[in-house]
Amino acid sequence: MIALLSSALAQADEWVSPAIDWHAIAPELILVIGINLVLLIDLNIGESKKWTMATLSGFVVLAAFIPVITLGLELDGVPREMFDGRYVIDEYALVLKAFFLLVAYVIILISQNELEEGGYYQGEFYVLMLCSVLGMVMMTSSRDLVSIFVSLELLSIPAYMMAAWRKRSSVSNEAGVKYYLLGVFASAIMLFGMSYLYGITGTTKLVDIGAQLTNGDLNGLAVVGIAFVLVGFAFKVSAVPFHTWAPDTYEGAPTPVTAFLSVASKAAGFVALVTLVYTAFPGASDVYGPMIWVMAALTMTVGNVLALRQSNIVRMLAYSSVSQGGFILMPLAFAGDPNASGSALNAVVVYLLVYAFMNLGAFAVVIAVSRKTNSGEISSFGGLFNYAPGMAVAMTVFMASLAGIPPLGGWFAKFNAFKAVLDAGNTPAYVLACIAAVNTVISAAYYFKVLRTVWVDDAPDGNTAPINPPQPIVAALAITVIGTIVVGVYPRLVAGFGELSDLAGALGG
Amino acid sequence: MNNLTDSNWVLSLGTFLPLLGAVVIMFFTSKDDDQTPKVIGIVTAAATLAVGVYTLIQFDYDQADRLQFFVDAEWIEVISSGYTIGLDGISLPLYFLSMVVTLLVMIYTWDNMPDAGNPKAFYSLMLILQTGMAGSFIAQDLILFFVFFEVVLLPMYFMIGVWGGEQRKYASLKFFLYTMFGSAFMLVAFLALFFQAGDAAGGVESFGFAHLYEFGALIDRDVQVWIFAGMFLGFAVKVPMFPFHTWLPDAHTQAPTQGSVILAAILLKLGTYGFVRIALPMLPKGAEAWAPVIGILAVIGIIYGALGCLAQTDMKRLIAFSSVAHMGYVMLGISTLTEFGINAALYGMVAHGLITGMLFFVAGSVKHRYHTLEIKRLSGMLLQMPKMGWILGFAAMASLGLPGLAGFWGEFPAILSAYNPNEALSEELFRVLMVVAAVGTVLAAAYLLWLYQRTAFGEPGDEFKGQSEVEQGKHEGLAHSLSSAANDHGDHEVIKDVQRTEWIAWTPFLIAIVVFGVYPQLMFQVLDPAVTALVETINAGIKLP
Repeated sequence: MIALLSSALAQADEWVSPAIDWHAIAPELILVIGINLVLLIDLNIGESKKWTMATLSGFVVLAAFIPVITLGLELDGVPREMFDGRYVIDEYALVLKAFFLLVAYVIILISQNELEEGGYYQGEFYVLMLCSVLGMVMMTSSRDLVSIFVSLELLSIPAYMMAAWRKRSSVSNEAGVKYYLLGVFASAIMLFGMSYLYGITGTTKLVDIGAQLTNGDLNGLAVVGIAFVLVGFAFKVSAVPFHTWAPDTYEGAPTPVTAFLSVASKAAGFVALVTLVYTAFPGASDVYGPMIWVMAALTMTVGNVLALRQSNIVRMLAYSSVSQGGFILMPLAFAGDPNASGSALNAVVVYLLVYAFMNLGAFAVVIAVSRKTNSGEISSFGGLFNYAPGMAVAMTVFMASLAGIPPLGGWFAKFNAFKAVLDAGNTPAYVLACIAAVNTVISAAYYFKVLRTVWVDDAPDGNTAPINPPQPIVAALAITVIGTIVVGVYPRLVAGFGELSDLAGALGG
Repeated sequence: MNNLTDSNWVLSLGTFLPLLGAVVIMFFTSKDDDQTPKVIGIVTAAATLAVGVYTLIQFDYDQADRLQFFVDAEWIEVISSGYTIGLDGISLPLYFLSMVVTLLVMIYTWDNMPDAGNPKAFYSLMLILQTGMAGSFIAQDLILFFVFFEVVLLPMYFMIGVWGGEQRKYASLKFFLYTMFGSAFMLVAFLALFFQAGDAAGGVESFGFAHLYEFGALIDRDVQVWIFAGMFLGFAVKVPMFPFHTWLPDAHTQAPTQGSVILAAILLKLGTYGFVRIALPMLPKGAEAWAPVIGILAVIGIIYGALGCLAQTDMKRLIAFSSVAHMGYVMLGISTLTEFGINAALYGMVAHGLITGMLFFVAGSVKHRYHTLEIKRLSGMLLQMPKMGWILGFAAMASLGLPGLAGFWGEFPAILSAYNPNEALSEELFRVLMVVAAVGTVLAAAYLLWLYQRTAFGEPGDEFKGQSEVEQGKHEGLAHSLSSAANDHGDHEVIKDVQRTEWIAWTPFLIAIVVFGVYPQLMFQVLDPAVTALVETINAGIKLP
């Protein structure tokens, strides 16, 4: 015992602080400083000036963007590693960091008015949101079980509170509690799986784990470990059958928070899945391949079928986001196939980006319209084309894009996913592609039901006063509409991002 | 592929000019101003047609088998898809037809705006639609083709959904979901073809048509059959072939006149064009395996469509079912995989576009005047509107394939071509199909003449008697008729004969039907070289070991 302790102490003596690449972690540092700034300033300003918090948070996000860009310019394809390769800044990480910051910015734009008018706790909201974003930004670089777990909790715990933000509404409380309980449950399962993985391999570093797990050579413990870790994240990305929390939480939470959960938090789950699949389990495709295949097929089908029956727009978007998750999962099932590996990664990243644009946009329209109608029913969108043609066109762009109609972004995302799957070229791939094709049609049915209401029906209450959406929402709509269209017409822009071949190499070890 | 002309910008201009017009209408006109969008729309469509005419003039007819105005620019290099466009003898007539039809439909709309109003949105949608249609005919890259092919969906969905009849919601969604269903599988088939052809080409992957013509044929026969099945779904729904036709009668009946005309004249052709341009030459062995199925379904379509017509009580629905029958002849021609058959099919596509377009125009105008299309309520049209009645008769004759009018040259050679199908196909089967298809022409005569007799001949029904300008003119003198009409007959409007905008919009159709009927060589000489080259590709592909 004493020997052990003394050897530990001896080691402690030799311990030197690891070299820290300050430039590489600048985005995270700026966010940390920003969070403290928002917190401190919020404590010391009067109620009437609380609105400045949104602006300040927006600046924090934009400031964090700067090092992301400078890092991108400096990178040149050589990943910057820190802490013994457990925290890596490569193209993949940078693209996704930029993605999360952009999403955060749009979320700030669309939450601003809702928070001001609802009299909610603005300063605290932005602090929590920025914390969550920090977790996401860290997730993109994490290459170690522990840091993945820490990032995941950092991004989830604020989200639990944000879901319950309307604290006098029982629905919102239900949303928060449901999300919290199931989220914690998922974390527990995941930790259990991680402990097995650590037990087998003796390391928490993903690349080292990956080196020890190979197909055909996996024992029961490894299979359980991998499966449990995947299930943990399946909760996070609301993949069927682990999706049950999503519709209630999405409907109960304030709409901007729903947008945040269904885009940012979900994307973070996917990022973790991708990192794990490509770095920790590249040799275990026999385990994760079929699992993800089944989850993807179920997720898109069940999500779609349930979405068909919804009459509430937010609930419909919730199920639609479940089903879109299935499309994002789909290429990952073939990540282990040597042909499809690169294009699957590309497909997931591109899909996340496009999905963020169109889904955030759809939520922005919902928020703008429900400010007038005070209703979440799809029927309340009747007559929109007549009294707010701009909103109607924007909604058309988002819905058509979600349905995958060219030349809008959603089309390219879906196309890329199909392409990645068919790249594998085996029977399961073709079967999954056909299931996905059928699902595309089913999804069109409910997206176009909304458009039909928007274009054809009359305003249900006869109120055809024009909508004057506040500036921030207009800005958010502009960003998302342009993003959705540009990606569809000129996909090279994002396809270039997605060309992460060296990343696949780096990740794959 | 070397460029035949310097003016490669023509096609891009002709395709995207309407889009520009749509953007101008959307952003620079006010919602309350009904005239400006119409003017901008018509001017844009006219300018587009001028570009089209210029294309016709510049086109080198001696080399109609080669792609002209060819452009091959980078677009999405990551997926090896390019902005590849070009025009040959097969595309030219359809490309030009789409421009003509759009302009004429817009002129027609000047005075015949559907009830829902809002010309701003209506004209923007028509222009977007035009870009999609023209683009589909010039695309020489599968992904580009797919994008244009799908672009037409949205505007058409809204045209039916917003400006359509009473059941427009049901009809528009049905139209959309059917087409979407087909194209989802088509996309999977395209991707499968892409990868398989890439393997056959030793790893060189491209979505370009030329590449796929060359290497698609090398794919194993079994695989070709499967890929063809996917494409078949996509194109057959669009054509529409029996048994995927059920969306068509609903869509046509509920669509506004403009929508019906464009749907019949151009959109249905996207499906048949897809077969000719993509499915057959890229997958020759798949085509050979599927040809009997296509032939049989086509003939079922002919008979079924005709019988369906005989059962209709609504004029527009009847015309819609006649489309199913006519597209059956087109598909029969295609399924023979011969030069003769495919020439006939392409001719039939243009002829059907003109004739059925015309019929839908008349139906729309009849509906506008009588507020009904129920055949039993309409009669004596020749007495009430002599000119309209004659035009209907003319179009009906053309539609039933009267020699000397355009319809004949699509139908008759298509039937004839089935006598001698491609040597890889069963002669007996196709001769049986030929006989059945010939019976179909008799039925076509039956339902069209029946329609014409019941609506145009006889005395007008009591309901509408005495309400037409012609009848009132006889009784009260022409000068008096305009002013007195509204007072004398309560809230009924006067039923007028063909109006000026209608004349402007219809005359080109009528002339074209006669010209192409009398001198079919005009179009066959453009089509034939390209079709010959195409069939050579198919035959070479079938004969590969």
